[in-house]
Amino acid sequence: MKFPSYTTPRQKLWHYTYIGFCSLVLFFLVAPLVVVIPLSFTNSPYLQFIPEMKIFSFDTWSFNFDGYGTRWYKELFGMCEGITQATTVCTDRWIIGMKNSAIIAVFATLFASTLGTLAALGLSNRHMPFNRAIMALMISPMIVPLIITASGMFFFFAKVNLVATLPGLIIAHTILGIPFVVITVTASLSGFDNNLLRAGTSLGGSPLRNFFKIQAPLIAPGVISGGLFAFITSFDEVVIVLFVGGPEQYTLPRQMWSGIRNEISPTILAAATILVIFSILLLSTLEMLRRRAEKIRGITPH
Amino acid sequence: MSQSSTINSKGQLITNDGVPLKESLSKSLRQTKIRSFLLILVPLLFVLILFVSPIASLLSRSIDDTLINQVFPETFSQYEAWEDKSVLPSEEMFASVINDIRNTHKLPDGRGKLLLGKSGTRMNYEYSGWRSLLKKTVKEAIKVDKKSKEVVKPYIWEAPFKDKMIKKDKKWGKVETWQSLGVMKDPYTMGYYLNAVDLRYDANKNIIEKKEYLKIYKTIWMRTLKVSLMVTIFCLILAYPVSYLLATLPMRTSNILMICVLMPFWTSLLVRIVAWMIMLQQNGVVNDTLLTILPCFEGIVNIPFFGETNIDLCFGEEDRIPMMYNFTGTIIVMTQVLLPFMILPIYSVMKGIPPSYMKAAQNLGATPTWAFIRVYIPQSVPGIGAGCILVFIVAIGYYITPELVGGKDGQMIGNFVAREMQKTLNWGLGAAIGAILLAAVLTLYWVYDRLIGIDNLKMG
Repeated sequence: MKFPSYTTPRQKLWHYTYIGFCSLVLFFLVAPLVVVIPLSFTNSPYLQFIPEMKIFSFDTWSFNFDGYGTRWYKELFGMCEGITQATTVCTDRWIIGMKNSAIIAVFATLFASTLGTLAALGLSNRHMPFNRAIMALMISPMIVPLIITASGMFFFFAKVNLVATLPGLIIAHTILGIPFVVITVTASLSGFDNNLLRAGTSLGGSPLRNFFKIQAPLIAPGVISGGLFAFITSFDEVVIVLFVGGPEQYTLPRQMWSGIRNEISPTILAAATILVIFSILLLSTLEMLRRRAEKIRGITPH
Repeated sequence: MSQSSTINSKGQLITNDGVPLKESLSKSLRQTKIRSFLLILVPLLFVLILFVSPIASLLSRSIDDTLINQVFPETFSQYEAWEDKSVLPSEEMFASVINDIRNTHKLPDGRGKLLLGKSGTRMNYEYSGWRSLLKKTVKEAIKVDKKSKEVVKPYIWEAPFKDKMIKKDKKWGKVETWQSLGVMKDPYTMGYYLNAVDLRYDANKNIIEKKEYLKIYKTIWMRTLKVSLMVTIFCLILAYPVSYLLATLPMRTSNILMICVLMPFWTSLLVRIVAWMIMLQQNGVVNDTLLTILPCFEGIVNIPFFGETNIDLCFGEEDRIPMMYNFTGTIIVMTQVLLPFMILPIYSVMKGIPPSYMKAAQNLGATPTWAFIRVYIPQSVPGIGAGCILVFIVAIGYYITPELVGGKDGQMIGNFVAREMQKTLNWGLGAAIGAILLAAVLTLYWVYDRLIGIDNLKMG
C-alpha cells in the first residue's frame, strides 16, 4: 500500500486497522464454507477435526493423508459395499433426493421464468393502472415468511389433493421463483428504449417478430439470471417441502435437514461440498451473463 | 402534404387516415394497456389463486369459530336465555347439551364423533378440562354396543339430566364451566389473537391477562424482536466498512472481493448451517483454535502490594464456550446468513457517491473524519435504510436457522407457528400468530416500497 507523503502514522495505523477489520468480515463470510470441504474427506464418523487429520507432522517431518478418504462420498451416492462400520447408515435417499430436487427445480424454473417474464413485460408499461400494486404483489412471495406460505399452501393443497405430490411442490416452488425473475427482467428492461420497437414496427415487423428480434435478446440475460435465482431457491428450499411434500418426496435439502436433526454424519458434508461447488459454478455463470449484458447494452465497467 | 389537410374543421390535428391525432393516440395507448394487461393476466391469476388465496384462507382460520356453533346450537341458544349467570343454569340447558351431543353423534360416516372430538379440543382452549368433560359425557350420553359398534337404544341416560351430569363429573356443577361457553358462542372469535399475545377472555368476555405461568408468547415475541434487531445492528456494523472498501477499491480488486460476499449468498442455507455447526460446536474449530492460541497460565504469583495471588489465566477444556444450540448460535449464524443482504444495497448506493465530494469537503477545511461523517454518511443513508429494512424483514420470519441451531433459548416466533401447525395442531392459534407476524412484515414491506421502491431491489 502506497501512502501519500503527508500521511500521519496515526492515519496509517487507522488504515491498517480498517483493512484488518474488513478482511475479518470477509473471512467470517467465507470461512465456514471453506471448512466444510476438507472435513468432507474425513475417514472418521465425526463432524470435527481429529488428530489423525493433521496433514503435516512436525515430529516426524512428513506428510500423512491417512485420515482422509472418499468414504462419505461413496455413501452419498449409495455405494455401500465395503462399508462395515456400525455407525454407517447407508441409504439411497440421497440419490433419490438429488433426482427429486433436480426435477422440481428444473420445472419450477421453467414455469417461473415464463410467468415472471410475462409479468415483467406487462409491468414495464408505465401507463398500466395499478402497476405498482401488482408489482408488489408479484414480489410478495419473496417477502412473506416461508413458514406462513408453507402453512397456507399445506391447507390449500390438502383441499385440492396436491399434498405429497411432485406437481404440488413444483407449483409451490414456481411461486417462490417468480419474484426473482420479475426483478431481474424488470431491471434489464429498465434501460430499454421503446423507440427501437417503434422502428421495428415502421420497418414492417409484427409485434411478435419485434419481440423476438429486438426485446428478447436484450432481456435474455435478465431471464437467465432470474431463472438461476429461481433454480437455486427451489434447489435449496426445505420449509415448503417439509409441509407440502409427502414421505415419498425426499429432496436433497430435506435429506440434509433430517441428517442435521437426526443421524448427523459426514455424508452431509459430502453433499454440502458438492452444493458449494455447484453454487460456485452458478455464480460464475451469472457473472459471465452480467458482463455480457453490460456489453450488449453498451455499459462498460469502469 | 399541405398544411390544411392535417387540421380538420374543428381545428384539431388529424393523422393520415383522417382521425384526430388525440383520438388516435389514446386508441394506441388503450391498445398497449390491453396488451400489457393480457401479459400480466396469467401470472397474476397464478399468484392470486395459488399464493394469495391459500394465505387468506389460512388467516381466516384465526378468527373462525363456526365449528363449535355447528355442534352446540341448542346449548348456545339456551345460554342466551340463562338469566343470572352467577348461579347454575336450569335443567333445560343441561338437557340441551345432551341433545346437541346426541344430534351431532348421529351424523353419518363418523363425522359426528370427529366433530365432537374437535369441539372438545376447541373448548379446552378457553377453559381447561372441557375436553375430558365432554369425552366422559359423550360416553354416558350415547351407549355404544362394543361388538356391533352401534348405538344402543334407548339411551340409558334420560331426563332430568342435571343431577346425573353433576354426579358423573362435578365440573358440570361449576358455574365457571358454563360461563366459559359465552366466549365461544359467536361464529367469529378474537380468542386466538388474544392467546397469541398472552391475553384471554374472562367469563363476561372482558379481556384479561393470562395467569403468569401460562404466559409464553410475550417472551417469544420479545425475543424475536431482540434477535432481529441485534442481527440487523450487527450486520450494519460489519457491512458498512466492507461496503465502503468494495465501493472505493478499483473495479478489478473489488470484483474479486465481491465473490466473498456473493459466495455465501449463493450457497445453500443448510450448507451454511452445517458449516457453522462444525465451527461453533463444543469440539468445533473455533473452540479448538481458542484452546490452542490462548495462553495458559496458572499458578501463584507474588504481586507487589497484593501479596501472593492465585492467578488462573487458562482457557482449558472446561472453558470451551457453548456457542451452538443456543441464543448465541442463532445470532452468529443469522448474522452471517443475512450479511450479504446488508452489504449489497449499501454497496450499490455507495457506488453512486462521487469521490469528489469528500475531496471537496477536505478542500474546504474538513478533517477526513469530519468529511466522512458530514458528507459521506448522509449520502449513504438510503443504502443503510434499504439494508436494515431488508435484513429485519427477512430475520423476523426466520424459521430454519433457529430450529436447527437455536436450541431452546434461540427459538423465534416462526418456530412457534410451525409448532402449532405440526405438533399441537392448534391451527387457529398458529394462524393468529402467523397473521400478526405477516402484518408486521407487510407493514415493513410497505415502508420499504414507499422509501426505496420495490423495483430497486437488486440481487447479485
